[in-house]
Amino acid sequence: MAVNYNAKEEADGHPSGVGAPGGAGKSRKPDNTAFKQQRLPAWQPILTAGTVLPAFFIIGLIFIPIGIGIFVTSNNIREYEIDYTGTDSYSPCNKCLNVSWNSTSPCTCTINFTLDQPFETNVFMYYGLSNFYQNHRRYVKSRDDSQLNGDNSSLLNPSKECEPYSTSEGKPIAPCGAIANSMFNDTLELFRIDNETRIPITLNKKGIAWWTDKNVKFRNPSGNTNNLTALFQGTTKPVNWPKPVYMLDSETDNNGFINEDFIVWMRTAALPTFRKLYRLIERENNLQPTLQAGKYSLDITYNYPVHSFDGRKRMILSTISWMGGKNPFLGIAYITVGSICFFLGVVLLVIHHKYGNRNTSADIPN
Amino acid sequence: MEKTVPGDETKLVSNHVLGNAALSTKKERLGDPKLSTAGNRILTCAGEEKRVGTRTVFVGHRPVSETDVYVEQKFCDNRIVSSKYTVWNFLPKNLFEQFRRIANFYFLIIFLVQVIVDTPTSPVTSGLPLFFVIIVTAIKQGYEDWLRHRADKEVNKSSVFMVENAKQVKKHSEKIKVGDIVEVKADETFPCDLIFLASSNDDGICYVTTASLDGESNFKTYYAVRDTTGLRTDDGIDSLTAAIECEQPQPDLYKFVGRINIYRSNQEPVARSLGPENLLLKGSTLKNTKKIYGVAVYTGMETKMALNYQGKSQKRSAVEKSINAFLIVYLCILVSKATVCTTLKYIWQSNPFNDEPWYNQKTIKERDTFKILRMFTDFLSFMVLFNFIIPVSMYVTVEMQKFLGSFFIAWDKEMYDEEIKEGALVNTSDLNEELGQVEYVFTDKTGTLTENSMKFIECCIDGHKYKEGISEVDGFSHTDGPSKYYGKAEKCREELFLRALCLCHTVQIKEGDNVDGLIVNQECSTYIASSPDEIALVKGAKKYGFTFLGHEADCMKVQNQKNEIEKYQLLHVLNFDPVRRRMSVIVKTSTGKFLLFCKGADSSIFPRVQQDEIQQTKVHVERNAMDGYRTLCVAFKELTQEDYKKIDEQLSEAKMALQDREEKMARIFDDIETDMHLIGATAVEDRSWTVSQEYGLIIDGSTLSLIFNPSQDSSSSNYKSIFLQICLKCTAVLCCRMAPLQKAQIVRMVKNTKGNPITLSIGDGANDVSMILEAHHPVNRSPYLCHSGIKGKEGRQAARNSDYAVPRFKHLRKLLLAHGHLYYVRIAHLVQYFFYKNLCFILPQFLYQFFCGFSQQPLYDAAYLTMYNICFTSLPILAYSLLEQHINIETLTSDPRLYMKISDNAMLQWKPFLYWTCLGAFEGLVFFFGVYFLFQNSSLEDNGKVFGNWTFGTIVFTILVFTVTLKLALDTRFWTWMNHFVIWGSLAFYVFFSFFWGGIIWQVSFFFQPFLKQQRMYFVFAHMVTSVSTWLAIVLLIFISLFPEILLVVFKNAKRKNHQTVPFNLPMLLSYKPMENGYISEMKIEDAVTNLTQRCHLRIPQMQQL
Repeated sequence: MAVNYNAKEEADGHPSGVGAPGGAGKSRKPDNTAFKQQRLPAWQPILTAGTVLPAFFIIGLIFIPIGIGIFVTSNNIREYEIDYTGTDSYSPCNKCLNVSWNSTSPCTCTINFTLDQPFETNVFMYYGLSNFYQNHRRYVKSRDDSQLNGDNSSLLNPSKECEPYSTSEGKPIAPCGAIANSMFNDTLELFRIDNETRIPITLNKKGIAWWTDKNVKFRNPSGNTNNLTALFQGTTKPVNWPKPVYMLDSETDNNGFINEDFIVWMRTAALPTFRKLYRLIERENNLQPTLQAGKYSLDITYNYPVHSFDGRKRMILSTISWMGGKNPFLGIAYITVGSICFFLGVVLLVIHHKYGNRNTSADIPN
Repeated sequence: MEKTVPGDETKLVSNHVLGNAALSTKKERLGDPKLSTAGNRILTCAGEEKRVGTRTVFVGHRPVSETDVYVEQKFCDNRIVSSKYTVWNFLPKNLFEQFRRIANFYFLIIFLVQVIVDTPTSPVTSGLPLFFVIIVTAIKQGYEDWLRHRADKEVNKSSVFMVENAKQVKKHSEKIKVGDIVEVKADETFPCDLIFLASSNDDGICYVTTASLDGESNFKTYYAVRDTTGLRTDDGIDSLTAAIECEQPQPDLYKFVGRINIYRSNQEPVARSLGPENLLLKGSTLKNTKKIYGVAVYTGMETKMALNYQGKSQKRSAVEKSINAFLIVYLCILVSKATVCTTLKYIWQSNPFNDEPWYNQKTIKERDTFKILRMFTDFLSFMVLFNFIIPVSMYVTVEMQKFLGSFFIAWDKEMYDEEIKEGALVNTSDLNEELGQVEYVFTDKTGTLTENSMKFIECCIDGHKYKEGISEVDGFSHTDGPSKYYGKAEKCREELFLRALCLCHTVQIKEGDNVDGLIVNQECSTYIASSPDEIALVKGAKKYGFTFLGHEADCMKVQNQKNEIEKYQLLHVLNFDPVRRRMSVIVKTSTGKFLLFCKGADSSIFPRVQQDEIQQTKVHVERNAMDGYRTLCVAFKELTQEDYKKIDEQLSEAKMALQDREEKMARIFDDIETDMHLIGATAVEDRSWTVSQEYGLIIDGSTLSLIFNPSQDSSSSNYKSIFLQICLKCTAVLCCRMAPLQKAQIVRMVKNTKGNPITLSIGDGANDVSMILEAHHPVNRSPYLCHSGIKGKEGRQAARNSDYAVPRFKHLRKLLLAHGHLYYVRIAHLVQYFFYKNLCFILPQFLYQFFCGFSQQPLYDAAYLTMYNICFTSLPILAYSLLEQHINIETLTSDPRLYMKISDNAMLQWKPFLYWTCLGAFEGLVFFFGVYFLFQNSSLEDNGKVFGNWTFGTIVFTILVFTVTLKLALDTRFWTWMNHFVIWGSLAFYVFFSFFWGGIIWQVSFFFQPFLKQQRMYFVFAHMVTSVSTWLAIVLLIFISLFPEILLVVFKNAKRKNHQTVPFNLPMLLSYKPMENGYISEMKIEDAVTNLTQRCHLRIPQMQQL
């Protein structure tokens, strides 16, 4: 695409129509416009010590308080984490460590723990997995979004991206793909132990998925009936699932593809160690904290094998602030950067002052 | 020479030979016995003789004799095809040519890999940009070719007048066949190569300008065949029966040999030789001649012009070389990244639960693939994933910058000249930035600095100085009239000298419109000559009373001091040529004396005159030369009748020769030009020369030839390198009295020194062919700048053959200091920025592999991958590269020291490249690990919901787009409304696009299928912006990325201010070179100079400024 006008090309007196600028125009005098003369009015900022110094101070002064604010907020967030993988022999879940998919009887275990401080606001219950590569390419692409969106043809003809989880026993799998197939299926129940009695804590399973996912992106297949069983006619369950997709929940608005646990699982995590929202514990009244300090027990129906790939499972209880969960990184980073800025501002000011006095005339013109 | 073709007939003219078409393929017979026996020297070059076939052309298609059957010969028609493509072959041919470019080919390969192998990104991501680039280029080239088609058609369909059966016939140009007689009127272009038969002038002369062929804008004189000059009418020309035998077409514009045989009823046929002075070339224009008749000998694609047509030569600027070097570095980075990832992948996968955990089983096909093949496809996949590190759109942007940027040169009204109504002209936008890199400027002082006006200053006759105007101590005093003077030389010597000036030249008189034809009015006549100093000499003679009145038939008319008209019959002329460096004429006076006049450079005249006459004149010549005047010596010789007869015979024979004609002529003249008598010398001044400059070294042509062509002595072989060393250390070197070829030699010498410095040759188009050719040298170009002081069409055409043209020499300042500097800074920044922004684009993707099991999972969505370079970050840098003025134009123009700061391609050296690369790498690390730490807890919203991998990528991408755009904003020193618009507009567009892209459940149509098989971006961006933490992280990470740069700029500014007390405050680019003060130490140069002076006997009058 070399833009050149070879001399020989026009040698035989061809009109120079190829567009050599100003070559053969009627009036050759260039227009006296600001643009053509490269004299457009322009702002010509120059970074000098004079302009940058105040900026450094201001940025320092802004960043440090923000950082402190974030840091304090993050520190005020209550978070409690239990690893219930059961790799340690003394762990109650050790017996379930080698659970497999096709075991018929569920393995249950109970872990007791104590909260030293009360959780005042709404508590969010997460499960966390480690060394689980949800971001593996083969895994990430192994889904059919149009099937999940309720497209009837995709329901019966899943995309080939779902391979090797697209058909089973000659029938299309719904939902197809590795992600759906490996859906987290441990059941976690929380009890507060008050004088040896186990008071179950209400775990809310709705409102854990993105609203747009729940209401737009994920749709059950459509048809004349509201009966999900009929709508999923002709499909089969994912091989690792104990029951089909239309039996995930008893409530119809949380069943099938729009089951929120399912939707949460389908949003693949960014890193191999991740947490996903499992349940909400809402504060019941203003008199009591959501979770009081004291003893609790966690009942686990241990179905999900992670030991085979050296994985870990955790249960996390956390309160949430305006900035989300506990995350010390942001606060520390803000404070550090703000301090460096401020420090450099001081250093520069000293240098500038020292040299600025030496040659007075050449002082910050802009 | 006939010995080489044994048995060949040596009879010079034979109608049988000519009449027989079969013989036209016969080897050429050259020369005649006399000549060959006369000088064996001629035979020495026989080995080099290249035998080309000949062709026979029958004028007007008339058979030359009744006995021969007229055989129509097949020659190509006169259609010109300069277009490259036809409708049918456009697609395959254009595609083929485009994919020959290395970058396009690379992306094609990537695309094909994506199609064949299961790769992380769909073929569309690289196919779309490639498609875009290819389409844009194809449209542009198609359009250009269409214009060429149109121009071809215009030329081919233009009407020409031919003479057929004594009648004028109007025909399309493409219909001309070899042998047709064509009539051409003044200011028309010759439609094909013609043998000049007759002109409207009685003397059979016409003037032609070949500006559009070789850029030479002066008028050249062509001569009709002597025996046909009388055929000035259609009838007359139709009666001509002749055959032309000439060589097959060859591209050399200045070589032609042929022979014409004219048949008259009942007479022996007459043979006349034909040379380049008889051949009117297609493409040149007839001037100052009402009309001419010629017979077509070469037509269409066989014309010399067409044979000289070369396709676009790929020109490479220093910037492009740097780009390619950087590209190789990035290619290495790419390959090593892919290798590292592939290796680590297999190490990681050696653990079976990493390779295939229960939740992520492979397909059967994947399992069955051989491991080696799998590794190879993995490697390819990684290449595809990281291929964006090579900026595909950079080439497009660079081309656009060059094309659009060159408009600013043409638009500059400061480079517009009211007088000639011309502005600057850019013919090669490839080399814009090279204008900012020029280290050596070669300028032709004669035409360029003086704008072609020369003045006769003084002369010396027999050692006595004659100078007008100023009284001289050793000379004579001035009196009132220019025609009166006193001198010590004898009157007859003075007159002889002035007559010599009036006769020994090739000046023509252009007649004014209202000339009565008999007496040329002195006032309205203009002299035309190929060299301006010839005019200066003739005008000088006029001042002293001898006026050249022009030619009449074969006589030259001279008006002497007594206002009498003297006539001299012009017998032979041997024009000036750079090898001989002199010209001679032989005239016959009215009294019947034969005189030879010779004028030329002192070096070529002195050895040929009586040695005792030299001394006095030499003093003058040397002093004049030192003062910077152009000097010429004049000598004469009287020939006896017998001598002349012999010479005349020899010359006529030489003129018949089909090959080496000039050499033969020169040799004969060499023999005559001995024992001449030196009459005097002249000094001509270039006007600006007195406005003397600070020059360092003066060297003249003859000394130069000693340096370039050293004798066999071994000691002299290194003269050239010593001379070069001295030249490079001087601020200016003056080479006076140079042959045109030496100009090119000098240019080439400097160009080929270490580091291949960029040179700029400047001239006005006249006598600059060798420089132009040097400029078009494909590998190592030296841009040729034409300063066209010449008004009108010729000047424009000469300008068109140059790379750049400015109306006046003074415009060079702004062109180099302002435009060149700005273009260089802009494009260098553009290139570095492109590599930088792609590095920090791809580095996070590379780092992500370490956290996704080396599975080639892309970090960014396919739409982002594709559009990053096309939409989000392309326009700001383009606007920057067109509008940026880091220092304003006035400052640049007024302070040439700033120009030095970017010399040696300073901004594209490895050091700045490393700086940019480090910057890109640093930013990539900040982007990735910043977000990585943020994602240690992926619930970033105040409702506890978590973000997934696509949000991760989108956050990184958002920071990336903002950072690279703001980085450019930091670099922008000249914020016009356009920069504001494009920079903030790009960011706004990114935000808008992200909302839009994630805001719709895309109904999958065929075209978008590969893009949208997943709705993975659905509301990802919208969710991202509702998170306060994300906002805080984005702001922080952008700031951290830009912080080091800001700090560096501030420190650099502070440091500079401490060193410098200059009041003006300029932003310094980081890659600017530190100011070097002064030149190299005096000692070293003086040593070298004295060394050289001793050996070469150089004259070095001044050593200022060293």
